[in-house]
Amino acid sequence: MIVRTSDRVLVQGITGKQGTFWTERMQDYGTNVVGGVNPKKAGTTHLGVPVHGSARAAANNGGFDVSVLFIPPLMARDAALDAIDAGARTIVVLTEFIPVHDVMTVLSAARARGACVVGPNTAGLVTPGECFVGIMPGFNTNIFVPGRVGVVSRSGSLGTLLCLNIVQAGYGQSAFIGIGGDPVSGTSTRDALQALDEDHRTDAVVIVGEIGGSKEEEAAEYAANMRKPVFAFIAGGSAPAGKKMGHAGAIVMGERGTHASKCAALKAAGVTVLDLPSQIGAALRGAL
Amino acid sequence: MNFEEHVAKPLLREAGIAVPAGGVAETVAAARDLAAAIGPVVVKAQVPTGKRGKAGGIKVAGTPDEAAAAAADILGMEIAGHRVARVLVEARVDIAQELYAAVLNDTVGGCPLVMFSAKGGMDIEDLAAADPGAIRRHMVDIAEGFGTAQAEALIADATPTGATRAIAETLAALYALYRARDAELLEINPLAVTGDGAVIALDCKLVLDDSALVRQADLADRGAPEPATALERRGQDHGLRYIELDGDVGILANGAGLTMTTMDAVTHFGGRPANFLEIGGEAYTKAVPALGLVLANPRVKSLVVNFCGAFARCDVMTGGVVEAWETLKPEIPVFFSIHGTGEDEAIAMVRARLGLEPFDVMDEAVKAAIRAARGERA
Repeated sequence: MIVRTSDRVLVQGITGKQGTFWTERMQDYGTNVVGGVNPKKAGTTHLGVPVHGSARAAANNGGFDVSVLFIPPLMARDAALDAIDAGARTIVVLTEFIPVHDVMTVLSAARARGACVVGPNTAGLVTPGECFVGIMPGFNTNIFVPGRVGVVSRSGSLGTLLCLNIVQAGYGQSAFIGIGGDPVSGTSTRDALQALDEDHRTDAVVIVGEIGGSKEEEAAEYAANMRKPVFAFIAGGSAPAGKKMGHAGAIVMGERGTHASKCAALKAAGVTVLDLPSQIGAALRGAL
Repeated sequence: MNFEEHVAKPLLREAGIAVPAGGVAETVAAARDLAAAIGPVVVKAQVPTGKRGKAGGIKVAGTPDEAAAAAADILGMEIAGHRVARVLVEARVDIAQELYAAVLNDTVGGCPLVMFSAKGGMDIEDLAAADPGAIRRHMVDIAEGFGTAQAEALIADATPTGATRAIAETLAALYALYRARDAELLEINPLAVTGDGAVIALDCKLVLDDSALVRQADLADRGAPEPATALERRGQDHGLRYIELDGDVGILANGAGLTMTTMDAVTHFGGRPANFLEIGGEAYTKAVPALGLVLANPRVKSLVVNFCGAFARCDVMTGGVVEAWETLKPEIPVFFSIHGTGEDEAIAMVRARLGLEPFDVMDEAVKAAIRAARGERA
């Protein structure tokens, strides 16, 4: 789930407004965009790459490794299934508000084919200095510079803030993995943590989490056995219980998923838990 | 979206799961009439919360007069913040055993989860704490589904003699309904086995996935409304996720994670946030109504605008804020922190049109807003 310049990227929904805006930025940055999908514009060229009728057709005409979806919620399931069926290694699902049953259908197909789903409701993946896939400002050098800190985040905007603070402190990132804000998702915090642990270009990992669900508690179990230093900021310490705070995943029910439960699990696993994102600089200086 | 029992039970009946005969009453007289037609009944408060029985919201009645008295007690009661506007009046059932059955989205496994217990009647959280071995679980491969054969395997040796087949059919029907309705949770507790071996649902809890309401049009306007303040309802009308809090520092940020973090920072530095409001995702073009909403709260004494643009472009969001500021001309001070996609244009706009200098670090904008809310000079 760490993207490389060598990855051939397919953009499903490339001809739409957002698909166009972000594909141009991905191309400018160095992402190897090999084609796009729009069934109504198959056979045309957009942004210098061929537009196919389906991911299957793209696979049959040159192939691709990673697909990214700029597809509306109710059409996202079929687009993702198309990409999985076409043999995509990784499917990055940016769309928010996909019905959960559709997400579970996609995850079932991905498990059967050994494909990796990132998201839904993710801002995507960034490998500074190489490429990015999705809707993160990978090209902004105040926020992303090549370095040795891996970042995993449920939130695009908060992940951006942590990356900004990492760069302000004089460090850079080896990879940013946005796992998305939905309660049911293809890549967990734990999965991303493992990928960064196994990445030889990563020396430290920052977990950007939030209240709700149990993703941070699961990640803590993995972090307990890591040698690389791990830091975490968990948003929502001041949020009232029982209210959905924007992200569908960020809801606290009873004692489960609370800020206190997550911070306690992470601290017990030896993770340094920050009170504020701006503390990451001092924390990194103490560890690297 | 949560649905009350009286909305969920007819869906069970359509799915082939037996429920007691009954009807909804909004008045004492209607409850009496229903009881007269049915016989001995249970009168149940219709509110979207658990523990109604403990709160006195469920009463048994042997006669129409008793049913009327029960309805008179329950109607107008407040249970966990919900005022009772209607009761369900249902036939009493001869219960031999109470079971538990549910289908829900398993967020860890990323698949549907069927749960069954021969020990029904108590809250599943309490049962899980008291006797975790009494709960059986089946993680469903959604591509494969969950039919009577899987249900029989799940409940084997755990059900009253003679009722196994009927319970398995009920579980399979429950799963089919969960799938057809895009449910997050569909729970029957208790699922009763009667003296003569019939299986019947005595209660039903239904939560639908909000993202799927567009394809569940017949239920979209039948959910139990979340308790909301006037400002929160105004936010809903604009398609904005606004939560009113009791502090005095207004917050406008993009993305749920960043907005919560801004609230956390306000709290960390000794201030009190006035609201949660984010204009990330598809809502990033709604800065104008969003700012109107923050400022409509009379407690707000200062404002933090904190943008970290990824998909949500800072230039578009800031353009909306500046436009709204020029229109509304609020008398409170505002403090900006702007980074990410479109930041150069956004910062130039704030300087040129509002004559303000955005802060480099979120913490400084937050601290300045707290000082301003206290009436201290920045």
